[in-house]
Amino acid sequence: MIGFAARRILQALIVMLVVALLAFTMFRFVGDPINQMVGIETSIEEREALRERLGLNDPVAVQFFRFITNAAQFDFGTSYQFRQPVSELFAKRIPATLELSFTSALFALIVGIPMGIYAGLNRESPISKLFLSVSLIGISLPTFFIGILLIFLFSVTLQWLPSFGRGETVQIGSWWTTGFLTISGLKALILPSITLGLYQMTLIMRLIRAEMLEVIRTDYIKFARARGLPDRLVNFRHALKNTLVPVITITGLQLGAIIAFATITETVFQWPGMGLMFLQAVQNVDIPIMSAYLMLTAFLFVTINFIVDILYFFIDPRLRVGRP
Amino acid sequence: MSVLDIKDLRVEFPGRKSVFVAVDDVTLSVDAGKVLGVVGESGAGKSTVGNAVIGLLQEPGHIAGGEVYLHGKRIDQLPYKEKRRLRGRKIGMIFQDPLTSLDPLQTVESQLLETIRTHLPLSRSQARQRAIELIESVGIPDASERIKQYPHQFSGGMRQRVVIALALCAEPELVIADEPTTALDVSIQAQILDLMKKLCRERNVAMLVITHDMGVIADITDHVAVMYHGELVEYGETTQVLGAPEHPYTQSLISAVPRPDIKVERFPVVNYIEKAGTPQKQIDIASHWLGKARDYEKVTGPLVQIKDLEKRFETRGSIFPSRRKYFQAVKKVSFDINEGETFGLVGESGSGKSTIARLITGLYQPSGGSILFGKTELTSLKNRKDVLAMRRQMQMIFQDPYSSLNARMRVSDIIGEPIKFHRLASSNAEVRQIVDDLLDHVGLGAAAGKKFPHEFSGGQRQRISIARALATRPRFLICDEPTSALDVSIQAQILNLLKDLQQELGLTMLFISHDLAVIRQMCNRIGVMRHGELCEVSDCDQLFEAPQHPYTRELLNLMPSLELLSRANLATA
Repeated sequence: MIGFAARRILQALIVMLVVALLAFTMFRFVGDPINQMVGIETSIEEREALRERLGLNDPVAVQFFRFITNAAQFDFGTSYQFRQPVSELFAKRIPATLELSFTSALFALIVGIPMGIYAGLNRESPISKLFLSVSLIGISLPTFFIGILLIFLFSVTLQWLPSFGRGETVQIGSWWTTGFLTISGLKALILPSITLGLYQMTLIMRLIRAEMLEVIRTDYIKFARARGLPDRLVNFRHALKNTLVPVITITGLQLGAIIAFATITETVFQWPGMGLMFLQAVQNVDIPIMSAYLMLTAFLFVTINFIVDILYFFIDPRLRVGRP
Repeated sequence: MSVLDIKDLRVEFPGRKSVFVAVDDVTLSVDAGKVLGVVGESGAGKSTVGNAVIGLLQEPGHIAGGEVYLHGKRIDQLPYKEKRRLRGRKIGMIFQDPLTSLDPLQTVESQLLETIRTHLPLSRSQARQRAIELIESVGIPDASERIKQYPHQFSGGMRQRVVIALALCAEPELVIADEPTTALDVSIQAQILDLMKKLCRERNVAMLVITHDMGVIADITDHVAVMYHGELVEYGETTQVLGAPEHPYTQSLISAVPRPDIKVERFPVVNYIEKAGTPQKQIDIASHWLGKARDYEKVTGPLVQIKDLEKRFETRGSIFPSRRKYFQAVKKVSFDINEGETFGLVGESGSGKSTIARLITGLYQPSGGSILFGKTELTSLKNRKDVLAMRRQMQMIFQDPYSSLNARMRVSDIIGEPIKFHRLASSNAEVRQIVDDLLDHVGLGAAAGKKFPHEFSGGQRQRISIARALATRPRFLICDEPTSALDVSIQAQILNLLKDLQQELGLTMLFISHDLAVIRQMCNRIGVMRHGELCEVSDCDQLFEAPQHPYTRELLNLMPSLELLSRANLATA
């Protein structure tokens, strides 16, 4: 187990290094960083001085090493647009995105899992068929369209919920702001998290349903029924637990996807998160933000993958032995 | 009063167009401490009887008529919840495959505890005590330790013991065992059958054993019911039914069981059921394409010579050679196969017999030793053209007729493919003609070529496999358990077909099986394998009459005794 974890961490580090190389290349070689930092009226001497001060004349390897050392300390340089350290900008934006992502992931799990179990156990019932057809809509409609639809229905027509922003937020600690503690903050969360989580919800539902159908046909479920165990034990302790391994894999990756690619939802709802900032950075060629975003996304996926791999060990005893 | 009484049971499966009657008019009873066997071939409805009794019929199947009584109390009409309370508590069930019938994610202990506590008002520690006693009583040593383990930490036989413990844990009065030993090796099978017999007598449990295996029936049952197409054709005391069968189906079924005691020329065919490969147009081998061009180079001495053959598999990889771990599947095996003979390899699962077949055909690369085919050393062939030439001369028939044929190809394409690949025919028209002739010759008829594999039964598919193997005009045929997935009546037909083909074409065969009786009927010489080693090679009759190696004697002792089966009054065609 420890050996396995160590090997995984090593692999994760390699992945991070490769991503860092990409981010560094983008930072260093897509256009001249000095050109983007200074105005047109700066003289060549001043530019050279700046170049020397920033260490851009050092060998590439040295620069890359410096980039990694800085990145490891969350120092990604200064944003071109805002003239502020990138890490500070991210720190301001991260709480919004994380709160939105976790709310929508929670929504996807809480609604998706029971629906999937129900549809798997009662395959022929009309409700299962309804779930399936509705989920088809969730999978096939594009996110921005669902968002606009929800805004039109609940904000414009019914005027129940706000159509943009986070509502009132409360400051916790030095840099975390939360919308969970105010009524308007919670109200503002509803529409964007449904928009963001709908696809994941349908995916989880369909996955659980398919896995349940598979597991229910196995001999050990038949044997559990033949031993007279109550349906509750058969369905949840035996069947559901055996469906979990693939479900955890997909859920983990989807959580990463929610956090990293909330861009569209954040844009539709003008949500002040990382996605919106990233989009603005792309429009303004703000390379430090882009490369930091790239690193952060990679880090998220690597971490989630690692956690998923470790979770397997707790769920499936067959993995605990026989693997050094 | 009997523990279980079934009266005029009828089970129906409504389909889209018509209603399929799986069981019709079956009347049975089992007494406490007695074992009733239900025997029949696949599709006879024997498992459906068991499922109907315990109330676990696959939807939309249902009991359409008749009554089921447990201790005089009618149980087939009970509401769902009460039926569920009977399961485990009054009726226990044992399934066929111990590898899949335990939940892989729960310890043995938790599966036992939940079952015990569902049915009996015991505290956790009392239930645990009971679980440990049960595990001990089914013959698992170190019960209090092993109970904490997961199913994958037990071997197949041990898992079946756990399954039996689970079925018995709330002291049911009736145990239904559906093919309880089919998935097990012959030595484990004998132990499990002994255990079941013992528990049945000791606990005074009534037992319903569902099986296709006459050996199991002869071994443990007191009464036997023979089923055919959902109906009961014969029912009575085991000695009576096996010794003096009255119904023609029972007679032909018993005569089709391969005899371990003497060798007969051909297998008696069950003509009562499926037509024994409708007599098709026979082709004259001598003048046909199949018989022509068999101008293989003459060999002096054996056709296949295997010397010090070894194969090891890496079980733990590492970049350091010293840390790698290996499993030695074949250890220094040497034997010869003479031209035109059938050489048998027998052994339990994991003994390395299939690995040898794969080494000879080149599916695996040997780790050491040599394989001489004619004058060619197979292990040193490098040139692709030479390899193909050798492959054409040897073909293989696999065990599972369901997964060894490509489901997306028509039968004519499946059989024609090797002919085209090796460029053995001059035109597509000729290929088509050859495929038609082959299909005729294996008893399927040329019309079968237009169909897909799923339209055929297991036995018919095995005929397709044989036709495909013959399509390269091979000299050497390897049959890896060719009939162990088939019913005994179909097995007899397929084995007869193989014998005929061998005579007509002068084929040399390597025949691999775990079934000693089949081996005896098919082979000239036999090798016995155990743990990757070849224990003994001797002539067929000598092996059975005077076995040399202690392991061979052990295997022969474990064969279910079929003395009960009357042969005297049955034609041995």
